[in-house]
Amino acid sequence: MVAPLTLAIWTPIFFSILLICFTNYFSKKILSAIAISGGLLSFLITVPILMEFNYESVLFQFQEFHHWILPYRINYHLGVDGFSVPLILLTSFMTLIVIFLTLKSEIKNLNYFHGAFLMMSGLMIGVFSALDAILYYIFWEAMLIPMFLIIGIWGGTNRIYATIKFFLYTVLGSLLMLVAFIYLFFEAGSFSLLDFYHLPLTLPVQILIFIAFFMAFAVKIPMWPVHTWLPDAHVEAPTAGSVILAAIMLKLGGYSFLRFAFPIAPDAANFLQPVLIILSLIAIVYIAVIALVQQDMKKLIAYSSISHMGFVTLGIFLLIPMGVEGAYVQMISHGFISAALFICVGILYDQTHSRQIKDYGGVINKMPIFTALVVFFAMANSGLPGTSGFVGEFMVIMASAQESFWIAFIAALTLLLGAAYSLWMVKRVFYGKATNKAVLNLKEINKQQIIILGTLASFVLIIGLFPFLITDITNVTVDNFVQFMNRSKLPLS
Amino acid sequence: MQLIHIFSIAPFAPLLASILVGLFGNKFSKVFSYGLTTASVGLAFFVAIYTLYITSHGFSGEFTLYQWLSTGSYTFEIGFMIDNLTALMMVVVTFVSLMVHIYTIGYMRDDPGFSRFFSYISLFTFAMLMLVMSNNFLQLFFGWEGVGLVSYLLIGFWYQKPTAIHANLKAFLVNRVGDIGLLLGVALILFWFGSLDYQTVFGRAAALESQEIFLVGDFSVSLFSLICILLFIGAMGKSAQIPLHVWLPDSMEGPTPISALIHAATMVTAGIFMVARLSPLFELSETALSFITIIGATTAILMGIMGVIQNDIKRVIAFSTLSQLGYMTVALGVSAYSVAIFHLMTHAFFKALLFLAAGSVIIGMHHDQDIRHMGNIKKYMPITWITFLLGSLALIGTPFFSGFYSKEIIIETTKYSQIFGSDYAYWMLVFGVFFTALYSTRLYLMVFHGTEKWKTLKLKNTHHGLSSSQIPFESSRVVTIPLILLAIPSVIIGYVSIQTLLIGDFFSTSITINQAIHTNFSVIQDHFNNPFKMGLHGFLTLPFFLMLLGILVAWLINAKYININIESKVTRYAREILQHGYGFDHLNEKYLAKWLRYFGSFLWLKIDINLIDRYLVNGPAYFINRMAYKLKNFQTGYIYHYAFIMIIGLFLLMTFFIKL
Repeated sequence: MVAPLTLAIWTPIFFSILLICFTNYFSKKILSAIAISGGLLSFLITVPILMEFNYESVLFQFQEFHHWILPYRINYHLGVDGFSVPLILLTSFMTLIVIFLTLKSEIKNLNYFHGAFLMMSGLMIGVFSALDAILYYIFWEAMLIPMFLIIGIWGGTNRIYATIKFFLYTVLGSLLMLVAFIYLFFEAGSFSLLDFYHLPLTLPVQILIFIAFFMAFAVKIPMWPVHTWLPDAHVEAPTAGSVILAAIMLKLGGYSFLRFAFPIAPDAANFLQPVLIILSLIAIVYIAVIALVQQDMKKLIAYSSISHMGFVTLGIFLLIPMGVEGAYVQMISHGFISAALFICVGILYDQTHSRQIKDYGGVINKMPIFTALVVFFAMANSGLPGTSGFVGEFMVIMASAQESFWIAFIAALTLLLGAAYSLWMVKRVFYGKATNKAVLNLKEINKQQIIILGTLASFVLIIGLFPFLITDITNVTVDNFVQFMNRSKLPLS
Repeated sequence: MQLIHIFSIAPFAPLLASILVGLFGNKFSKVFSYGLTTASVGLAFFVAIYTLYITSHGFSGEFTLYQWLSTGSYTFEIGFMIDNLTALMMVVVTFVSLMVHIYTIGYMRDDPGFSRFFSYISLFTFAMLMLVMSNNFLQLFFGWEGVGLVSYLLIGFWYQKPTAIHANLKAFLVNRVGDIGLLLGVALILFWFGSLDYQTVFGRAAALESQEIFLVGDFSVSLFSLICILLFIGAMGKSAQIPLHVWLPDSMEGPTPISALIHAATMVTAGIFMVARLSPLFELSETALSFITIIGATTAILMGIMGVIQNDIKRVIAFSTLSQLGYMTVALGVSAYSVAIFHLMTHAFFKALLFLAAGSVIIGMHHDQDIRHMGNIKKYMPITWITFLLGSLALIGTPFFSGFYSKEIIIETTKYSQIFGSDYAYWMLVFGVFFTALYSTRLYLMVFHGTEKWKTLKLKNTHHGLSSSQIPFESSRVVTIPLILLAIPSVIIGYVSIQTLLIGDFFSTSITINQAIHTNFSVIQDHFNNPFKMGLHGFLTLPFFLMLLGILVAWLINAKYININIESKVTRYAREILQHGYGFDHLNEKYLAKWLRYFGSFLWLKIDINLIDRYLVNGPAYFINRMAYKLKNFQTGYIYHYAFIMIIGLFLLMTFFIKL
């Protein structure tokens, strides 16, 4: 296939423009058809990237190179390795899921809504495949706009505060990253990522650059203590927005650590490793304890996301293959599980207009199939073996024991805390007698919702039982990454 | 068909049945649900018998199903390790499971969750078989958590009962505490041995015997002590040893068949099985073995005492299970692993029998579980009565019954053990026999003998129980046949198999004992003549007299020959302590859980919202906003303001340049 990455990026954007600009020419039905076929096509077009991907190669594959802004040697340079491919597939798949989910919903200006998601999908795939710093930066920043609109227009009551907070938080970090890129341009003479990789830098410079990247990516993941935008954003975002935010947008941070911060400043990363590990451990335990006392289901899942992302950062910062790979599996797995949980909360909210745990109780009496699925995802969220939630946590805990017993010990506390907040919520919301009037009026989920949640559940199971399906893709890239990280980039003098 | 395919049938047939029944059970008739699952477990039982047959003829082997994942230099595989220990466990698990399946057809007949229940117990059989057949720590953990999941689902089976959904959450979380230990132990093993395969790890164990690792600064501990204690913490969760035992009594909220299958016969013995399976590691740490011995002995005695004051028929048996698990644990601690497995097996039969018989009584009593409302049931439910009596006799250790052989050997090996804590353990186990006899006899007499108390009961429970004019009926045949089938091994299995299992070399390939230091078990083996003589000798031992004393005291109290003044100071204190279960629940719920929630609220409201959000995030925004208000005074639009500022600026510039 010709230029698969370009197609993967621009197909959803093309459909998005179609949906946004030509509203008046089409009826509602046709707009829905465009949206779903756009989602489907965008997904199908990414499948060959996985099919034709060479698992054994350490090089970037499907590279596309075109000159763009010559004087500054900025190029349209795309390419993927084992870190990008699963995330690209996840992005296009999740976009398809949210479009399917909201196809018949009564959201105002549905075509714009779908357009925003398709736009974002293309831009995020751009982030995952850009090999030029400026190209990457443009995708990275542009992606904020659709999300800003999704929360700001279709969000809850306090949406303006949430959007501003979300936007400023992220932009503050990104600007420092831009400064780092410009510095690297003057040192390397181009904006090519591959040039950055081989650029010798002194330790103080590396540390500054690392911190600049860190500010951008740590906010995105998010790490403690720059996480407070996420619960607000999630609570105010519409369900579909939460799904994409949790499933993919957070992963941009993890991916970018692997793609930019670490290989460009490996010595700084090794130097700062203890601090980074401590921050990750704080995220895992501190946030899990906070999740325990949440009254709002969506907030609870948002905090749980941050805690799980703590495993991602911990795994990456351990800088050994099992840790990095575990972090990666955790990212993919969290994409499915958190998406499913947000969809579940959305289903309840749509019927009762409350997300407060105390407003529920005994939902199982009215919605047995739905409850079965929720219990499954809650178990996956608490890392039950056989689900994907276990694989990443297991690998990261195993890897951290190689660094220190106590790191493993603190990380392993999540076994208890994760189960506590997930299952305590299940107990209070789903089990018991149905006494509340709102609960008594609940209706079982429809076929479409069963298909969506069922699909997500089967992915969670497949990854849990056959995790090699993912690790086989990333093995070579991870080994290469860790070897690269162990080589110093300090100037030889 | 290759062997691995045959072995695979055992776990995967129940799994398949479970999935089919779980998805489509409600669409077809009940026959589909119970037929499919029971048949699949029956099939698994035949495979288990076949496996036991070939392994007892010298077969053992390792099989790999598939590679779970590979990362860096590590690979993780799913596979089977087939030897005598595995085969015996498979037979016990599938046999009890089969009995419970058949029993459930009758017991749950009118429950709306009929097919869901069958789906769960078949899933349990799958997970338990994966656990015992595993050849590596990863799959062990899979099975471990799998049975935990099913236990969670089944304790909360009646999800409308507040106590049930409290109990299942508690069970899962307490088990998770143990799992932290288990997982950390596995992590250390992976780091030091480079593999999670049992055989590879055992092979490399000797080389690391004197390895020390540093925990805090210069404080170091032996690697094996740390690993073994961590692994045992996992076992303490699953096998309900003090202080992680708190979930098991509450788990009785689940339907009775699963109390028999999961919370008595199989799942709770997973910890015992694990330690026996990992005997080559535990043999390398005296510290860990002492720890195990002391924990086990404490559990055996304290939980036995608890059994005496319970009034719920299932809770009496639950505390009895806890106490018996303590016996098994002591056997592990004194390096008599095969004895622990032997007691595990006999206990599985007689305890499953007791629970199922209790379930039969509960049906007869229309779901009234309070033994103070029962009495003289022997008249109405003869089969239940006889089988319950046989089970009780086995439990208290009547000579020639199965429980006698296993318990007697545990006490004897503990007596000869040299390990630190074994003296304490010996006396605790011996006194435990008294309490076992006491609570068992009390239970038996109150349920099956005496007057028919439900007829004169003043306070009536509106939902459950018999009215004073009703009488209980013997349960249907699907219920009584499993009772009879379980009663047979409860009586004879000890006599029949002790020679093969303990004295012969049945376990010699699966279990390692460091004969140089742990000689106690071989002493016992040398003393043993034959099961008949051992039975006769059993009438002359100290435990036997304590047992008689226990029976006597129970009878005297029940017949009101002894009146205990329940208002005296001593009994009141004792009762307070026992009714609160030594305060473990109080500590967990009133302090630990509460503190954690306070801590969570503190972090959330004070740190996240107040400090980070208010000062660090919104603070700068607010500051800039305020500054802008101040700064806007420079942009008033009045010319004389601007002129004034220009003059000040001019002066400043002039000062600056003049200085240059």
